[in-house]
Amino acid sequence: MIRIDSVTKRYPDGTVAVDRLSLEIPDRSITVLVGPSGCGKTTTLRMINRMVEPSEGTILLDGKDILQQPVNTLRRSMGYVIQNAGLFQHRTIVDNIATVPRMLGWGKDKARARARELMERVGLDAALARRYPYQLSGGQQQRVGVARALAADPPVLLMDEPFSAVDPVVRKGLQDELLRIQEELGKTIVFVTHDIDEAVKIGTMVAVMRTGGKLAQFAPPAELLSDPADAFVEDFLGADRGIRRLSFFPSAGLDLLTTPIVAIDSTAEQIAARDTDDVPYLLVTDLDGRPLGWCEPRDLTAGAVEAEQLLPYGRPFVAGTDSLRAALDCAVLSPTGWAVAVDAEGRAAGVVSQQTIGEAIRGAHAEGRKTDKTDKTARVAR
Amino acid sequence: MNGFFDIPSDLQHSWLGLVGLHLREALLPVLAGLLISLPLAQLCVRFRWLYPPVLWITTVLYAIPSLAFFVLLIDYTGQTELTVMIPLTVYSLVVLVPSIVDGVRSVPQETLAAATAMGFGPVRRYVQVQLPIAVPAIIAGLRVATVSSISLVSVGTLIGNQGALGNLLNDANIYNRPELAVNAVLTMAALAIICDALLVVLRLLLTPWMPRRAHTKPKADRPDPAALALEDAAR
Ligand SMILES: Nc1ncnc2c1ncn2[C@@H]1O[C@H](COP(=O)(O)OP(=O)(O)OP(=O)(O)O)[C@@H](O)[C@H]1O
Ligand SMILES: [Mg+2]
Repeated sequence: MIRIDSVTKRYPDGTVAVDRLSLEIPDRSITVLVGPSGCGKTTTLRMINRMVEPSEGTILLDGKDILQQPVNTLRRSMGYVIQNAGLFQHRTIVDNIATVPRMLGWGKDKARARARELMERVGLDAALARRYPYQLSGGQQQRVGVARALAADPPVLLMDEPFSAVDPVVRKGLQDELLRIQEELGKTIVFVTHDIDEAVKIGTMVAVMRTGGKLAQFAPPAELLSDPADAFVEDFLGADRGIRRLSFFPSAGLDLLTTPIVAIDSTAEQIAARDTDDVPYLLVTDLDGRPLGWCEPRDLTAGAVEAEQLLPYGRPFVAGTDSLRAALDCAVLSPTGWAVAVDAEGRAAGVVSQQTIGEAIRGAHAEGRKTDKTDKTARVAR
Repeated sequence: MNGFFDIPSDLQHSWLGLVGLHLREALLPVLAGLLISLPLAQLCVRFRWLYPPVLWITTVLYAIPSLAFFVLLIDYTGQTELTVMIPLTVYSLVVLVPSIVDGVRSVPQETLAAATAMGFGPVRRYVQVQLPIAVPAIIAGLRVATVSSISLVSVGTLIGNQGALGNLLNDANIYNRPELAVNAVLTMAALAIICDALLVVLRLLLTPWMPRRAHTKPKADRPDPAALALEDAAR
């Protein structure tokens, strides 16, 4: 565990970048430092690997003051990833990744083999190994940066806005990749960002900092969204925190209706049997059970359904796996106002109305108020 | 006996001998200049305040005419090659120091931060990260220094025929053989162009990591070193 104990950093020009900050960074999880520009996030991160020395206070790594071990040994036990990757432009991708193992005295072949293994782990094509950084896209460079930080298998990973220089689509991919890698490796990660959405998405714990280097709140993301400590945090979280909070509620409890689902080859009797008053529409699926679209029952003649006649069903959500936020989003996007749930294979699992989702949300909030305090780390995929 | 390559006997060298001598007198100072500039430039990078005065001093030294240097040095080093090579070494600093400093400073902040964070000490970081990335800038400086050094060697003729190919200019006058002057200028130009080309090849070999464009536009603000050489020949 990394323990930051009442640490202050005053730069020589008098700027107080970090002001009596205390944080307990739990092992094997992602702790995010988030806050407006200039609030001291980078300074805090760099004090952990001693690129910046604190003016006051101590930082303990597994109970030992970090000042007690040689600085370069400390740094080699902590991977570091930065914006724009900071790759060595004069070295090939494998050699970039192999840097720290080589410094630790590994043989060239062993270090390169390790580098190739990591390229695979972070989702880089092996064909890129002998290339130079200028021949890679920004997103690929960022993956190399992550691989390089992981090369010597350090227990701690420090990441300073690693994904902020890439476009939103690539960023989402990198975030998902990081969560996947973290699932496998279980590192202690300290992640700096100024993007609250990113913080909420990847953080197990989130430390919100305010200008002047003060800690505003330190909490799991769900708690941050439900109980912001003060007006600053609430403001920083943005306008739609209610909606975003739904990300933390599973859709598993939703009552899915299966009656209004008909296969495209259904007979007239089958269609009639499915036409109930509960749902004004029927969801037509293909022969494998994958949704095709909505149709009003009276327009549906057995054996003569054309895919073009059907109303689009928007984006389905995966029943159980996706959150209530995803379910609500589907219902809002669907022209019929009904969300379509699918199973992992994409087959229709049921339909659910906005109204039912709304009830589930109210229920979840009531439940959330009870359990938030006890189970702070519960998360669902989102 | 009046051929293009017939060198008057007072020079005590064949044409090829003069070429070898000329290369030695021109290139050793550049090498020495490089060896002085590398640590000097590193100091200038580390202590920013040092750079302006160093730059100022190298410029002032460059402004001292070679003749003045000779007068100063001749009491100590006599009429030898060394007397020619010392000023040339000093002159080379005016291009080498800034090109190394600029090259080392061109290394992106992120790269340096990444190196430090990975546990590179200052020396390792300088040798393994900053210098390799500065290679293109250093070689650009070496090209200018080499070419101008090749043309400047000729002034050595003023101190008892220590100007290698430059001595031919003097002899052209004495023996009234203008073809010797033509020979001197053409040979020096050829040497300059060849050395320059070799440095370009060296740079290509050392920097496989640089983006290569199919057509490289010549930079308008940097005069062609070979052209400089011909201009300087009269200095
Ligand atoms: N070397 C330095 N000397 C003096 N002041 C500094 C130095 N480095 C940072 N600061 C100041 O300390 C404060 C915190 O800087 P820091 O880089 O930690 O912020 P940050 O939260 O990482 O910001 P950003 O999101 O913009 O990266 C800022 O006010 C900054 O101007
Ligand atoms: Mg920062």
